[in-house]
Amino acid sequence: MQGDQGDRSRLVVELIIPRLKNTLFLTGVSALVAIPLALLLGISAALYRNSVYDRSATGFSLVTVSSPEFFTGYIFILLLATLFPVFPTIANVNEDTSLIDRFYLTALPVFTLTLVTMGHMMRMTRSAIINILSSEYIEMAKLSGATRYEVIVKHALPNAWAPIAQVITINLAYMLIGSVVVEFVFNYQGIGRLMVGSVYNRDIPVVQACALIFASTYVILNLLADLIGIISNPRLLYPK
Amino acid sequence: MSDNTQSYSAKSEVSNINKRRTRFERIKIAFSKAPLSAWFGMVVLSIYLIAAFFAPFIAPHGEAEVFPVAYAPWGGEHLLGTDQIGRDILSRLIFASRNTLGICFLACTIALIIGTIFGIIAAIDRSYIDQILSRSIDTLMAIPVMIFTFILLSVFGPSNLNLILILGVLESTRFFRISRSVAVGQVVLEYVEVAKLRGEKLSYIIFREILPNIASPLIVEFGVRFIFIIFTVSSLSFLGLGIQPPAADWAAMVRENAILIQYAQYDITAGLTPLIPAAIIALLALAINFVIDWYLYITSGLKDDIK
Repeated sequence: MQGDQGDRSRLVVELIIPRLKNTLFLTGVSALVAIPLALLLGISAALYRNSVYDRSATGFSLVTVSSPEFFTGYIFILLLATLFPVFPTIANVNEDTSLIDRFYLTALPVFTLTLVTMGHMMRMTRSAIINILSSEYIEMAKLSGATRYEVIVKHALPNAWAPIAQVITINLAYMLIGSVVVEFVFNYQGIGRLMVGSVYNRDIPVVQACALIFASTYVILNLLADLIGIISNPRLLYPK
Repeated sequence: MSDNTQSYSAKSEVSNINKRRTRFERIKIAFSKAPLSAWFGMVVLSIYLIAAFFAPFIAPHGEAEVFPVAYAPWGGEHLLGTDQIGRDILSRLIFASRNTLGICFLACTIALIIGTIFGIIAAIDRSYIDQILSRSIDTLMAIPVMIFTFILLSVFGPSNLNLILILGVLESTRFFRISRSVAVGQVVLEYVEVAKLRGEKLSYIIFREILPNIASPLIVEFGVRFIFIIFTVSSLSFLGLGIQPPAADWAAMVRENAILIQYAQYDITAGLTPLIPAAIIALLALAINFVIDWYLYITSGLKDDIK
């Protein structure tokens, strides 16, 4: 078995590598924006449960979760590219584009991916934290006279790492799939666009190679979620 | 008064309470307690269903009827204008509800049937068949559905029938997982044992004994998966691989009319035209979410804050 996916007029790898870099840039930047934001919103919504802030945050996240990627994408284009032309409609990057230009050009795709995954991540974080906060040992910690800060940082947080890490890895996988549509909306030269184009042309070797990359990333991310879950829970670390 | 306490009998009162409510009464009570969001969801959902069933009577023009003016503005004969080859957008929006909902419903039903039957069989068996089924399902689930659909569509070619079958088979993995895990708890209970001892056939045990007892998580899963399939089909259609023309589809309409967005600064309605079908998908997903949340609440007594 070889890593190289066959010999055509040019190697599939040569076709894929620059596209893969673009996709990784897009999803990486989106993840860097979305993850801290979603965790912050999710944890604060869980702490101030049933407040006005919590209700509006969960309501808003329900709307973003229910919107397909292209809906969010085109709303951004309508608002920030045509009505108020701040950002370009088409994220046309090539290898010579400087880093700052890249950030500017990919602003709208990044916003879209961020918004689409943030809702999911926020809801999952919120429910994970609420689950922990409603358990008995937290009640006990409160009764023992620990301050609110101590309860959260010392007692709740160590047990929250596993679900939070799982939320993050699952959503990274989700983001990778979502990037296919987002790349199509903004005409971004990523691996998703390459794959869709190859499905059109029935270019099976390229489809296979792209699918291999997507699937292996997906599997690795899921494996990572399981591993983090095991490492952060000592009971799972030592089988009985 | 004292007379009454002497002749007091709890029996009449107890029998009064014990009077069993009919199914209709129970449903009526559940509906009267439904929150606003559930009502919103049900009303929206029924509008979609009416549009899907009576599309030819509601739509002002035909599904693929071409008019001389392409990209006509809003108003006049065409309420929402026409698309790139002059088809009436409002009519296509109405016909699309029939296509999209129909295809997604078929795919979801196929997935439900395949997944549930195999799931219960695996739960009853718990040996070789279970191992083989569970491990192959694990393998299928390792690849994201959308990517897997891409591969299969590029092999079999994009067509509506292929789309239904591919999504039906791929989505059945989730139904398999959930029905197996719920059924495993039921299979060991006495009533299944009794049915086996009575000499009932496997199909009787599956459909008449176990299935009614695991129905409610399956219904919830059906709703969740239905939204998921709508999103997958919409994404595929948006990319040009899903529902094939000339059949109308919301997501494909978004792509076809996307170019109108750049005229938004001159005419805001032109900019909104491609967003309407996308908003319709979002509204549908939101409505189903509301109904599922409510159903979950009444069937499991789940507290609102543990979602």
